[in-house]
Amino acid sequence: MDVRRGQRTVIDPKVRQVGFVPAGATRPPARSHSVPTDACSSSPPAPELPLSGSSLSPVMIPPPRHSSADGLPSLSRSAASPVPIPASPLRRDTVQIPIGSYNPSESVLGSSPMISPSSRLDAVSEFSDEVPTSAWLGRSGSGKFASSFPSSSGEMMTMKITGGGSGGGGNTPKSSLTTASVVKALPGVSEKDRGALIEVQNEGISKPQKQKTSKAERRAIQEAQRAAKAAAKEAGDQFVLCEAVKPSASSGGALPASKQGKVVKPSSQKKDGPQVTAPVVPSEKKVGDRIPDKDRKKDVPHPRMQFDDKHRVEKAKRRAVVNQSEARNRVELFRHLPQYIHGTQLPDLESKFFQLDPMHPSVYKVGLQYLSGVISGGNARCIAMLLAFQEAIKDYSTPPEKALVRDLTAKISSYVSFLIECRPLSISMGNAIKFLKNRIAKLPHTLSESEAKSSLQSDIDRFINEKIVIADKVIVGHAVTKIRDGDILLTYGSSSVVEMILLYAHELGKQFRVVLVDSRPKLEGQALLHRLVAKGLNCTYTHINAISYVMQEVTRVFLGASSVLSNGTVYSRVGTACVAMVANAFQIPVLICCEAYKFHERVQLDSICSNELGDPDVISKVAGRNDLNHLESWADNENLQLLNLIYDATPSDYVSMIITDYGMIPPTSVPVIVREYRREHLWI
Amino acid sequence: MPDVQALVNDFVLKLKRRKIEGSHASAQHTAELLRSVISHQRMPYTNQAGALIDAVKAVGEQLIAANPVELAVGNIVRRVLHIIREEDLSSTATAIEGLGLSAGSDDDDEGQHEDRPALSAAALAAAARSTLRAPSLQTLLEDIPDSAAAPQPPSSGGDSEGKSKSDKNIRSRKLKHDVIEAINELIQDIDTCHEQISEQAVEHIHQNEVILTLGRSRTVKEFLCAAKEKNRSFRVFVAEGAPRYQGHVLAKELVSKGIQTTVITDSAVFAMISRVNMVIVGAHAIMANGGVIAPVGINMVALAAQRHAVPFVVVAGSHKLCPLYPHNPEVLLNDLKCPSDLLDFGEFSDCMDFGSHGGSPLLHVVNPAFDYVPPKLVSLFITDTGGHNPSYMYRLIADYYSADDLVVKRRSTS
Repeated sequence: MDVRRGQRTVIDPKVRQVGFVPAGATRPPARSHSVPTDACSSSPPAPELPLSGSSLSPVMIPPPRHSSADGLPSLSRSAASPVPIPASPLRRDTVQIPIGSYNPSESVLGSSPMISPSSRLDAVSEFSDEVPTSAWLGRSGSGKFASSFPSSSGEMMTMKITGGGSGGGGNTPKSSLTTASVVKALPGVSEKDRGALIEVQNEGISKPQKQKTSKAERRAIQEAQRAAKAAAKEAGDQFVLCEAVKPSASSGGALPASKQGKVVKPSSQKKDGPQVTAPVVPSEKKVGDRIPDKDRKKDVPHPRMQFDDKHRVEKAKRRAVVNQSEARNRVELFRHLPQYIHGTQLPDLESKFFQLDPMHPSVYKVGLQYLSGVISGGNARCIAMLLAFQEAIKDYSTPPEKALVRDLTAKISSYVSFLIECRPLSISMGNAIKFLKNRIAKLPHTLSESEAKSSLQSDIDRFINEKIVIADKVIVGHAVTKIRDGDILLTYGSSSVVEMILLYAHELGKQFRVVLVDSRPKLEGQALLHRLVAKGLNCTYTHINAISYVMQEVTRVFLGASSVLSNGTVYSRVGTACVAMVANAFQIPVLICCEAYKFHERVQLDSICSNELGDPDVISKVAGRNDLNHLESWADNENLQLLNLIYDATPSDYVSMIITDYGMIPPTSVPVIVREYRREHLWI
Repeated sequence: MPDVQALVNDFVLKLKRRKIEGSHASAQHTAELLRSVISHQRMPYTNQAGALIDAVKAVGEQLIAANPVELAVGNIVRRVLHIIREEDLSSTATAIEGLGLSAGSDDDDEGQHEDRPALSAAALAAAARSTLRAPSLQTLLEDIPDSAAAPQPPSSGGDSEGKSKSDKNIRSRKLKHDVIEAINELIQDIDTCHEQISEQAVEHIHQNEVILTLGRSRTVKEFLCAAKEKNRSFRVFVAEGAPRYQGHVLAKELVSKGIQTTVITDSAVFAMISRVNMVIVGAHAIMANGGVIAPVGINMVALAAQRHAVPFVVVAGSHKLCPLYPHNPEVLLNDLKCPSDLLDFGEFSDCMDFGSHGGSPLLHVVNPAFDYVPPKLVSLFITDTGGHNPSYMYRLIADYYSADDLVVKRRSTS
């Protein structure tokens, strides 16, 4: 015991190392940075210009890579590609989309932001609890993302341009691009006069080509009109709630195009300079100026399905592929979460294998793996799902009379709802699905089916590679700088990225000891312990109750996370909060390691409102302890419930630092990343 | 008294091997053992209390050394010592009158007799003070020896010997008898402390309360059941309490009484505590500073409770009150248990290889038995004498222990 004390003094654990030391060589070289606040509020040139070559320190949050890539060119050159392509080379070669050729499809996207406030809800719900109904939902979702980012002018501009294409019938002169880029708008600027001006100009434009015959095309136009109508309504009373938009959008559709154009105007307008050009690209303006309040609305995540809502649960049940029986002794406090008898789905699913016609075998397999717990952990589940989708896309062929974009989105959504039935989605998976749907929605119509499929497949590959594999490498590089000789590092459960950090630090020859804290019922730490000890790391293993005892000697706490929410709350394996709390009580720095694709704009204060419930049966049995059979027939007694929470929420004040692929940030900077970069995940 | 020694050895062995665990069981066994030690103790004619104290201290020393972490053993030894002192005091008080009478009749012994009652009275007063409060400067200055009875000279004048002999015979019987009576009461107290504590349950648990507890404590169980019997309906979250998982047992017991019970994993404590109105836990020992030695994991619960401003209530019988102040209790008052509770040796035998890495194994397993909860995290103690603040504990301790016994060690002089 004395030994333990002695060690501690050597390292002087009480010093909090929260500082953001530049990571030096380990940092990815090419990133540039801008001050986040600039990015949000100021006009485009301000954030973009300084970013080019400056080296970033981890404190600074680098702007989305693509914005630096396209933003500049688009500002300077009119010929810049309107497609927002991120800087990553991977992306470059995979998704080169011809500029002029895809205008029709893009136009849909461009105009869709108008309806997005309402449609977005649907889009989100597609993978939370609803089977998607049509492809345009997905598209509108994508549109909204673009418009929701005032900061990244480059993208926005391109969006606007495409929007303009729809309004103007796809023959927008190239020159408008330059002006459009300037359009970046402060919301409140003299809307009235500009509006009038635009109106006049719009009158002349109007009429998208109705002559295009394909169904998809027509639908696109229709949508544009709806959007316009919605906009009109909004123009009527400046701040209409997004709910209000929906009804109007649904009723619209047959509006004369001229009217549409007119209506649009009052709401649009941003800049005096661009006005001159505005006549050419009316709808584009509209997109731009509506951003501010629409953006705000969009930031509110869609409410999750509440399982105490009988009506909706019934509805969901009718749709469900998998039969699940409700658990008998449900915990009152968690009525709003699904509580099923675990294991009942598995045999049912197995028996249904040949009847589940639409389900792709690889998706089915992954679903079973989720169900049985073979695959767990945010990254592993996400990768497995994406690979399964990749398989499915490979084998996909568009049925006759259907558009690939819509049909594939519907397919993916049905896969997703199947996976949800197997196990509720993790937030990382949700983000990945959002990304994929966005990619599908953005597929140019001109692509042949095989091209589209290969493009999607490479998109998936790129997502896995960039957002997970490379991100992990970056995180490891950052985190290793925080490990010093003589450190005693504590980690909880089994986090893949923390494991990589520990192994890498060991490879570098750092002398440290690992304290592994584990908890029932999953005991994931044991597997990690095996792997670490096999690699020759010095480990101490204990259970979570002993955390106060082991914490005395610890100098750093490294924790993984399932997600980081935008109020800085860390949503992670249950018990993480306890560990962070005790570390905080002992004044030991807590470092959360989490890839940025797991960030989410949701906020959460406690672990009750949103969580996942595991199989309660595993609580009644303790592995290796046959004498503990007191709870064997627990389900028979209505007074007794077993609660197996999967996640908990760690308040942000317990977190010293979050290590992510954008650098090392304080928890207060999470919303910055979420808002400024979210678009990047969706838009790669 | 070989039979007593055998008993003592047996008990020491059990303590060492941790066959007897839990403060309730060990307190009870200790009290019973000391009772038999006292009843077998041959009483000298003089300084009987001193002899008893020495005997008890000798045994107590062994018991405490056998398992220093089991603080209840030391508590009971000190309680018994305190009882002996008190009984001796009261018998001295009755004896003083008799001595005062005899002093008047015997002229030649006048000086001695004058001396004695005076001394006794001083001792009496001092002893009375010392039982009521912690050692003060005054008691130190008065230089009152260890036991009240000790200063009595070994023998008084020759002619009074016969008389005092018969007197002392009666007194010695009486002292021993009284002490044994008092110890019996103590044993009974230990047994019934649950009832007295649980009587207070209704004052603390209201309708629809949500209570969280960790592991299993008999006191907590009785406390909750008592509230249920008074027709309070409330809900209890029970954390399992790894590595012993006694929470399962508690849950079963509570459910059989009709209490709404939810078993959660230990790791979910922080998640659930925001919906909890009160945390009620048992304790292993309560230290003089108001800190608590409790089953492992409770410090985590206390921190979580503090974070969410949930009252953290410790229920404990008075035999768990320890008059010592803790120093580095997380380490010094802890027990490291067998790693097999956490890891399966079979599975990890390859990791526990001492040979391959320069003699020191790569894998350590830490399995402590206790947590120390600092007094600032405790909202309330509920003992059989009522509810108390942590800051009041030192005062409560003065009621049960005499300041002279804090260190249970036989004086080398005797």
